[in-house]
Amino acid sequence: MDLSYSVKEQAFRAEVRGFLSDNLPPELAQAVRDGRSLGKEGHDRWHALLNAQGWLAPNWPKEFGGCEWGAVQRHIFEEECCRANAPHIVPFGLSMLAPVLQKFGSKAQQDHYLPRILSGEDWWCQGYSEPGAGSDLASLKTKAVRDGDAYVVNGQKTWTTLGQYANCIFCLVRTDASVKQQAGISFLLIDMDTPGIEVRPIILLDGSAEVNEVWFTDVRVPVENLVGEENKGWTYAKYLLTHERTNIAGVGSSQAGLAAVKRLARSQQHRGQPLIENPHFAARVAQVEIDLMAMSTTNLRIISVAAKGQAPGVESSMLKVKGTQIRQEINDLARRAAGVYAMPFSSEAVEGSNEVPIGPEGTAAVAAQYFNNRKLSIFGGSNEIQRNIIAKVKLGGGA
Amino acid sequence: MNFDLTSERQMLQDSLRRFLSDRYTTEVRNDILASDAGFSPDIWAQLGELGIIGAMFSEEQGGYGGAGFDIAVVFEELGRAGVVEPFLDSAILGGGLIASLGSQDQQDLIEQVIDGSLHLGFAHGEPRSRYDLAHVETTATLQDDEIILNGRKAVVVNAEAAGYLIVSAREAGAEADKSGISLFLMPVDMPGVSLRGYPLLAGGRAAEVQLDKVILPASARLGAAGAAYPAIAERAAAASVALAAETLGAMETATALTRDYLQVRQQFGRPIGTFQALQHRMADLLIELEQARSAVINGAGHLDAEPQLRDLHISATGNLVARTGRLVAEESIQLHGGIAMTQDYELAHIAKRIVMAEHRFGDADYHLEQFIDLSTA
Ligand SMILES: Cc1cc2nc3c(=O)[nH]c(=O)nc-3n(C[C@H](O)[C@H](O)[C@H](O)COP(=O)(O)OP(=O)(O)OC[C@H]3O[C@@H](n4cnc5c(N)ncnc54)[C@H](O)[C@@H]3O)c2cc1C
Repeated sequence: MDLSYSVKEQAFRAEVRGFLSDNLPPELAQAVRDGRSLGKEGHDRWHALLNAQGWLAPNWPKEFGGCEWGAVQRHIFEEECCRANAPHIVPFGLSMLAPVLQKFGSKAQQDHYLPRILSGEDWWCQGYSEPGAGSDLASLKTKAVRDGDAYVVNGQKTWTTLGQYANCIFCLVRTDASVKQQAGISFLLIDMDTPGIEVRPIILLDGSAEVNEVWFTDVRVPVENLVGEENKGWTYAKYLLTHERTNIAGVGSSQAGLAAVKRLARSQQHRGQPLIENPHFAARVAQVEIDLMAMSTTNLRIISVAAKGQAPGVESSMLKVKGTQIRQEINDLARRAAGVYAMPFSSEAVEGSNEVPIGPEGTAAVAAQYFNNRKLSIFGGSNEIQRNIIAKVKLGGGA
Repeated sequence: MNFDLTSERQMLQDSLRRFLSDRYTTEVRNDILASDAGFSPDIWAQLGELGIIGAMFSEEQGGYGGAGFDIAVVFEELGRAGVVEPFLDSAILGGGLIASLGSQDQQDLIEQVIDGSLHLGFAHGEPRSRYDLAHVETTATLQDDEIILNGRKAVVVNAEAAGYLIVSAREAGAEADKSGISLFLMPVDMPGVSLRGYPLLAGGRAAEVQLDKVILPASARLGAAGAAYPAIAERAAAASVALAAETLGAMETATALTRDYLQVRQQFGRPIGTFQALQHRMADLLIELEQARSAVINGAGHLDAEPQLRDLHISATGNLVARTGRLVAEESIQLHGGIAMTQDYELAHIAKRIVMAEHRFGDADYHLEQFIDLSTA
């Protein structure tokens, strides 16, 4: 047992910290800190800066232009980025699709798509969920029927995050309805400019426009856009999900969120003293901080197993549940710390503008974020589904 | 012991529930939320005609109710339908303060409040006061026969629609003293008053109110100089009962929507309500809902008690309803899955009403702290 980072790891942390302080544009960091949407330009800008540094793809093998960092290095990088309020890297192309293409894609697909993901030329979104297929993803109905050199796609995807910015979507589609559900699914890459695709925004309860419905009417997709083999899509999707669940714990985000809560609670007065000194509030902050300290060690324990080449199993489900509980609790504390100034709704606070905020610094977006982050326990495999996995593995019945 | 509603209150409940379920549909309400005014003057007028505002005032005040249970009955229904019209501000707070402190002339305004033609707002909280009712930095200076107001009021709900604001200001004492606070009846369009209006996350509108050398006649004062605190505390207690009842009504809607959805939503070839993991969660919500119902009854039943006992019960109600409300809001969203995250879905608005209610007159922690102070005093 040794809880300390190696000299090399510490040097890496210092290097990352130095890079961030020299290169992270302050306006982007401020937007992240305020909980404002970055817009496509903001995301693209940070994407390009990381790409120039060669740090855009921590998990990709070197042959494809990635960093091929180990799990601990990735963890350090993530922690430092969150600490500096760097924008989140949109995961769909870089950490979801790319690993699938690297493992199952054709040479032509790898050569075409991977560089475009790095350069930011392509913005991918994830077309899995459908109105009738959420937790039960394998019941999806969007159909792809082979017609000459193309698949003809009909159906509807939903909850497509940032689909309004995307020019490409990777989809799970049904190519065989006559077999067991999982055995009739294929993985298609679709250009969003193809005729027959319509994107409609879904406004979420905090007023944000980050998800969409995507409708497909007789959309012709060239057969070479099939990933791997027809009807093997479920295998690839499951592989992708294991990647979706790395960094599922969100340790860095929680640490940054907790720091923000403390900042806010120091500036808020309650009964003539800073709120942070109020015993009830201080106890709540301490409680979640204690949970986070333990969880971040759990995370490192699992990472170090992964670093030895063993795939984490049920532990990633555990991290998903605990990690999202902690993040949501932090959002709740931030909302409460803001007091009456949690009440105003300002679309400027979310979208960004030059208007003077209504309440004190750090209060404008807290309630919106609290509501928005209810999503954390719903998507990426809901927390109930994670518990099912844990129970199934630990109570027997295999998996 | 008798937990039945009187026949008058039963009728009030029935007619309000019927009106709202016919007229205040999700679509109507979502249009209201998106409107510039933030509430519907039309619905407001009709509810006035229905006598809903009058039920918030006693007979001496020109109404036909005004007790804790009248407030609870009305607000539970308002909460059930997710109503955003400013009953709390115009009736309970504004109207209630005029009724309890006003001179005969001032009391004459109540009639217009009851018939729905006059809106009011309570300009009390300040940027640094949080939920502390005695924290007033705004000053009122008496000069000859005039009062000069200076200060800033925070998140004054309904200020833009109001004809008058009831403004608290300090005539004596230090910034958190209970004594020395006065209330003034101030027309909103006075020189020196500036409003910065904005929508609220859970519906309705509020404004930051800046008071810059606002000159009022001394006759604008409500009640005696420096002696308004007890009335403020009493109305805050009434507002807490109203908010708790509203939250209870909203929790009923949240649990009803969730129960229905669990029965119709199919995943893995069966209704998700057949999964025992979800059944138990639903059962827990129903248990907490009954706790909240009892807490509202306790609070409403003690609104007329002497201040110490009243506030003990109010803080117990406030704490319990804030805690169980948060649980019901969060769990209802979770048990629905993604659909509950969409703005247009009824539960999204209901959940926001529930959670944001604790930001007006004290959150769960504030009420807990009050309860500890009062129960050990
Ligand atoms: C903000 C947001 C962004 C999203 N982004 C994307 C995206 O970019 N791409 C994409 O494809 N999808 C996306 N999703 C969809 C997300 O993956 C689904 O919401 C998720 O799979 C849950 O499905 P559902 O919403 O249909 O809920 P349902 O599956 O209907 O679940 C409803 C409830 O039942 C529970 N439940 C279901 N089955 C069981 C069971 N067997 N045992 C116990 N409980 C069960 C669930 O946990 C939940 O509480 C997003 C969702 C949200 C909210």
